[in-house]
Amino acid sequence: METVTLTIDGMEVRTQKGASILEAALARGIYIPHLCHHPDLGPFGACRLCLVDVNGRMLLACYTPVAEGMKVSTETGALASIRKMTMMLLLNDHPSDCTVCSKDSKCDLQKVSAHLGITKADLAILRPARRENPVDTSNPFFDRDLAKCILCGICVRTCDEIQGAGAIDFGFRGSKTTIATLWDRPLAESNCESCGECLVRCPVGALVPKGAKEPSREVRTTCPYCGVGCQFFLGMRGNEVVSSRGYRGSPVNHGELCAKGRFGHSFVNHKSRITKPLIRKDGKLVKTSWEEALTHVATRLAGYKGDAFAALCSAKCTNEDNYVIQKLARAVMGTNNIDHCARLCHAPSVAGLAQSFGSGAMTNSIEDLLETKCFLAIGTNTTSAHPVIGLRIRKAVRNGAKLIVANPREIELCRISDMFLRQRPGTDVALLSGLARIILDEGLEDREFIAQRTENFDEFRKSLEAFDTATVERITGVPAEELRHAARMYATVKPAALLYSMGITQHSHGTDNVLACGNLAMLTGNLGKPGAGVNPLRGQNNVQGSCDMGGLPNVFPGYQRVDSAEARLKFEKAWGVALPSKPGLTLTEIFDGAINKAIKAVYLVGENPVLSDPDAHHVEKGIKSLEFLVVQDLFLTETAEMADVVLPATSFAEKDGTFTNTERRVQRVRRAIEPLGRPDWLVTCQIAKAMGAKGFDFQDPAGIMAEVASLAPQYGGVTYDRLEGPAGLQWPCPSKDHPGTPILHTAKFNTPSGKGKFVPLGYIPPKELPDDEYPFLLTTGRSLYHFHTGTMTRKSDGLNVLHPREFLEIGPEDAGRLGISDGERIVVSSRRGKVEATAKVTAASPPGVVFMTFHFAESRTNLLTSPHLDPVAKIPEAKVCAVKVEKA
Amino acid sequence: MTGPGKLALHVCQGTGCVSSKSPEIQAALEREIAARGISGRAGVKLTGCHGFCQRGPIVIVEPEGIFYSEVKPEDAPEIVRSHIVEGKPVERLFYKDPASGNAVPFYRDITFYAKQQRVVLRNCGHINPEIIDDYIAAGGYRAERKALLEMEPEQVIAEVKRSGLRGRGGAGFPTGQKWEFCRQAPGRQKYLICNADEGDPGAFMDRSVLEADPHSVIEGMVIASYAIGATEGYVYVRAEYPLAVQRVGIALRQATERGFVGKNILGSGHGLELHVKEGAGAFVCGEETALMMSIEGRRGMPRPRPPFPAQSGLWGKPTIINNVKSLATVPVIIDRGADWFASTGTEKSKGTVVFALTGLMANCGLVEVPLGMTLRETIFTIGGGLLGGRKFKAVQTGGPSGGCIPASLLDLPVDYDSLNAAGTIMGSGGMVVMDDRTCMVDIARYFINFTAQESCGKCVPCRQGTRQMLDILVDLTQGRGRPGDIELLQEIGESVKAGSLCGLGQTAPNPVLSTIRYFRDEYEAHINEKRCPALACRPLLSYRIDPEKCAACGLCKRACPSEAIAGQKKKPHVIDPAKCIKCGSCFDACPKKFGAVVVSSGETGAQGVA
Repeated sequence: METVTLTIDGMEVRTQKGASILEAALARGIYIPHLCHHPDLGPFGACRLCLVDVNGRMLLACYTPVAEGMKVSTETGALASIRKMTMMLLLNDHPSDCTVCSKDSKCDLQKVSAHLGITKADLAILRPARRENPVDTSNPFFDRDLAKCILCGICVRTCDEIQGAGAIDFGFRGSKTTIATLWDRPLAESNCESCGECLVRCPVGALVPKGAKEPSREVRTTCPYCGVGCQFFLGMRGNEVVSSRGYRGSPVNHGELCAKGRFGHSFVNHKSRITKPLIRKDGKLVKTSWEEALTHVATRLAGYKGDAFAALCSAKCTNEDNYVIQKLARAVMGTNNIDHCARLCHAPSVAGLAQSFGSGAMTNSIEDLLETKCFLAIGTNTTSAHPVIGLRIRKAVRNGAKLIVANPREIELCRISDMFLRQRPGTDVALLSGLARIILDEGLEDREFIAQRTENFDEFRKSLEAFDTATVERITGVPAEELRHAARMYATVKPAALLYSMGITQHSHGTDNVLACGNLAMLTGNLGKPGAGVNPLRGQNNVQGSCDMGGLPNVFPGYQRVDSAEARLKFEKAWGVALPSKPGLTLTEIFDGAINKAIKAVYLVGENPVLSDPDAHHVEKGIKSLEFLVVQDLFLTETAEMADVVLPATSFAEKDGTFTNTERRVQRVRRAIEPLGRPDWLVTCQIAKAMGAKGFDFQDPAGIMAEVASLAPQYGGVTYDRLEGPAGLQWPCPSKDHPGTPILHTAKFNTPSGKGKFVPLGYIPPKELPDDEYPFLLTTGRSLYHFHTGTMTRKSDGLNVLHPREFLEIGPEDAGRLGISDGERIVVSSRRGKVEATAKVTAASPPGVVFMTFHFAESRTNLLTSPHLDPVAKIPEAKVCAVKVEKA
Repeated sequence: MTGPGKLALHVCQGTGCVSSKSPEIQAALEREIAARGISGRAGVKLTGCHGFCQRGPIVIVEPEGIFYSEVKPEDAPEIVRSHIVEGKPVERLFYKDPASGNAVPFYRDITFYAKQQRVVLRNCGHINPEIIDDYIAAGGYRAERKALLEMEPEQVIAEVKRSGLRGRGGAGFPTGQKWEFCRQAPGRQKYLICNADEGDPGAFMDRSVLEADPHSVIEGMVIASYAIGATEGYVYVRAEYPLAVQRVGIALRQATERGFVGKNILGSGHGLELHVKEGAGAFVCGEETALMMSIEGRRGMPRPRPPFPAQSGLWGKPTIINNVKSLATVPVIIDRGADWFASTGTEKSKGTVVFALTGLMANCGLVEVPLGMTLRETIFTIGGGLLGGRKFKAVQTGGPSGGCIPASLLDLPVDYDSLNAAGTIMGSGGMVVMDDRTCMVDIARYFINFTAQESCGKCVPCRQGTRQMLDILVDLTQGRGRPGDIELLQEIGESVKAGSLCGLGQTAPNPVLSTIRYFRDEYEAHINEKRCPALACRPLLSYRIDPEKCAACGLCKRACPSEAIAGQKKKPHVIDPAKCIKCGSCFDACPKKFGAVVVSSGETGAQGVA
């Protein structure tokens, strides 16, 4: 790092080259008054307070880079009088109701005023300013009091530079200048994403959280929503969660949070939490004691040992919770019938990438994306489903990276993309193989990488014969020229990162889609390097971890196959019991099994399949066919209402443990408040012990992790002590002295041969395509403001304001033809069911395609979706089914 | 249409003349000529602005140089019949010298033109701006050919440096030096921008050049782009200049067709892609960093310099932004040489300067004079002195951010440095002349009101400081001045000048500070006596009727909108001060032969003659 030495007020200061005078001074502990500077943002030069004297010239400290030998004076008579007058003018335009302002004592304006010694008498000589701005209370989480705004522009730059939303800017001129949305509408009517990043940076009381409660204490923990795994300080008053504040030290989110992570934690203390076990008596769920409930469960489960039992663990629960659940299933109940919602999201990633690379996880790190020069984002609406990763993409693009979006819908990222390949849903293999074919035809492949690091290339090359550009254009609907342009961009702008999510996986050929992603990345050598990779973005906070923990029917913790004698022996030895060798049933098969009476009892933790799983009628029928259902959850969910016993679970705020995020980073979850139920791991252990099982005497989650580390090689070096640092640990971390692995496959792949494997593929259309009766193709996804079945987010009044009900997104032409107008109630039906929703007419939906989320219990989208399964990963085709749309 | 031995009727089609029906005049003349079947003897030609807008619409008959002013469409038959057919110029349409009252038939003899030296405006009014051949016939694109085919870029820069050309946008930075910075800045992609975002009220120099001679700007841009190594350029022109936008567009199309702009210009290997970008009318967008923000599609707000655009400009690339007039001057420098150009002007300010001369003068309009000409000569010789023989009080140069110069400094030479020393600026070239009826406090209020409204609001000193100064000045002009206000205005003014981010704020206090400097007594009268010596600040005036002079005609009573005047036949009328709104209607209504309404200002009742 090149350094520069300068003097500030006669003191020698050594600093990094490229730093501003202001940064150098502040780092040295020399305060120069400033209001518009923020360390996260570029310089702005608006407040004019940081003017300093540099070799006799007056320059802005925030804008002027340091130079060798520079002589800076921060105080001269001239500077003092300009600063004082500037500050007087600013204060003259600011209300003086400090004692009832929630920013009192944390306000930068107060700080600078005090520093400059501005007095009441100083202000008395000025004509009072007359600024009138009503408070904008439209956002459910924070208020904008523009009368207090000092126009430092920090919020505007945050919205632009950090969030990339561009919802606000300076509006009007002169003394009428204000911060405004487009057309100066209330914030709620703008494209504000309610991330609150502006709120945390506002130096005065212009942006304040609604009903602001300062926490009396804070605990650093991991966000319970998506798979990004943002770190924040959860703030409490007594036993109530009142705030969350991003942890700037985290390499995952650098302090940034989305609307859910910042404002979506009111579910923790929600009045509808279950705090007492419920047991079904005379057809009704009634409150009971823990003792009775646990004894009842243990007694009943004892009758279903073997393959009549199935456990559904939870991607929302900690690694430790999941570990004991699968251990209960395998070691106590004697079955591999364990699965969870990963089946519905990334089972094809686990299966496909294991085949290609030997490891079914994101190859690179989130922080790595800033080094990416070209993104191919296919089947991921990143800014909605993984908002903070979306920020990394926006930032990289801002810094010059290329972005290719492949999606049937015109998602938010298209605003900043270089190319938008609007493919027909379910045509990913054709699209990706078509790109590969062009790359090969034009000689843009990475021959060295192919020769040295991969195998099976010739078969793969042969398979591409079917994917000439004309054919691919016909299948995907993407014009040939765009295909060629995109192929060249992806192949030549390096490093290129391929990002995908459920638009790739939730198909009847999801595993093929994943393999096609792997093929394309290997073809261009975009693996094992910073900024490159194949990056499945995982949906749930701990879906990576619940898979790692063996919450899958075919593998023990650490992806050790249950049908491997060696692995089985290892676990039998460790657990002291004989273990079943037959892989168990998948989630989808478990409900089939229930219907045909093969499965009789289910222990279901933290899932709500009645809403979350495709073809919900079928799922419901399966659940009703069970003889015994235990549900462990925070709330009486739609699924829990059908249970025989409901056990109160605990949220992330009430227990210790770990989550493993999408980039394989194991991070701590810390108990912040008194549990309202019992920690899930403890409940499971108590059931096991009540059944007389051994090996469940864990004292705490750290003890469970110690057992995990002894059995799962990837977690071999993971201990709670090591997780105290700001970054957690990225697996594989095989030993105590291993630093973790930010990038996979740098030297060799995890396959038996150590080489990446090209897999020849053919194009298979989706199983259920529109026809005369059901003329629309329904595709599903997520909203920025809700999560999964809304169990948590729909407990937040604010999030419900931002996204109150289910919308069916339909293109203007289709809507016009059906006579449906925006906001009208409509009925959507498929071969399997019908639901009501509100029409949202938007050009984001291409002709013939409609879109819904699955967050709303009152509009059960999954009653419509298709049950067709991927033959390998057994994931249902949630992204494509045929529906019809009618007025309600 | 024109040819040897044939008369050409040049009809001005600048915005001013267009708004007073010059297109109808042109059509009428053409109809008349056609009807008489004399198109072999005379033709009508559209031209841009001649500069003498006060006397428009203007028709000049060439090659004779007969100058018709204030022409109406209905004059067309007479002009054609008398002048062309009968050979008798229409005397009643001649310009009349305000001093002597004599009719002046020839363009060259009008004092307004006689003292001018037209370099930038060389073609304005003489060529048809919509026909490229007219420009080429006048020597157009000769310099471009010379520069691109016979000179190295460094030679072009050296020539411009040697000419001493300083930026005509107002700041006066040496143009050649700026180009050199940009040429030397690393990076392959560079940009050239023509700043045609002229926003000063009353200024129309850039507009006139674009309307009257757009090719000169395009030619200047091609030469500049070659010199600095830019392959892409923008003409940033405000959308409120539709005619300029239209003419630049036409010129650009024609120049592209002829290969003077575009790829591989004249086979030189140099290419320039030019875009016309219309600005939305914010005054601040004339500031170069704000202008670039606007081109980038963001809100036009300045950013601090350094880095200067020549290092990091549009899209972060090295960029040169030159004013319209600077660029229009470049072809002349290349064509006629730096020495020729530098032979005009002063030691540090070479060449000529274009002013929009406005205010209470006999001859208003666009003038171009050698730098260094005194204010007196500009105002009294070219401008013809003040209207109605009023007394000169002050001249304000440089637009709303310029300062006001008093009569004692009339012999000041007009150049960048002298004006700065006198507390004003060259600016883009506005010149507003004021007579003794102008209140200098009120004029300061007027200009600061403009800058306060147009402040982009980004930096505190400009946003709040101009507003605070405005509030104080409003108080002063309404009798609410407080002791200490002068010092407060000076203190705020100095802070705003020193503390503001861009040129707008850094110059905005000039009208206030310069009027305090030269007319402090007027400020003191407003504050201490609540008196406006110029009798211009209405709230400080009082009206009464001199009973000795009142003829009780009742005209004032009828004119009073607030029923403040009482009186009966044959009884002197009386104004009730409580009801009087000081509108002056009674004063205007009172017949001059009586002159009974007396207006005065100040607690001491000092009278003025209104």
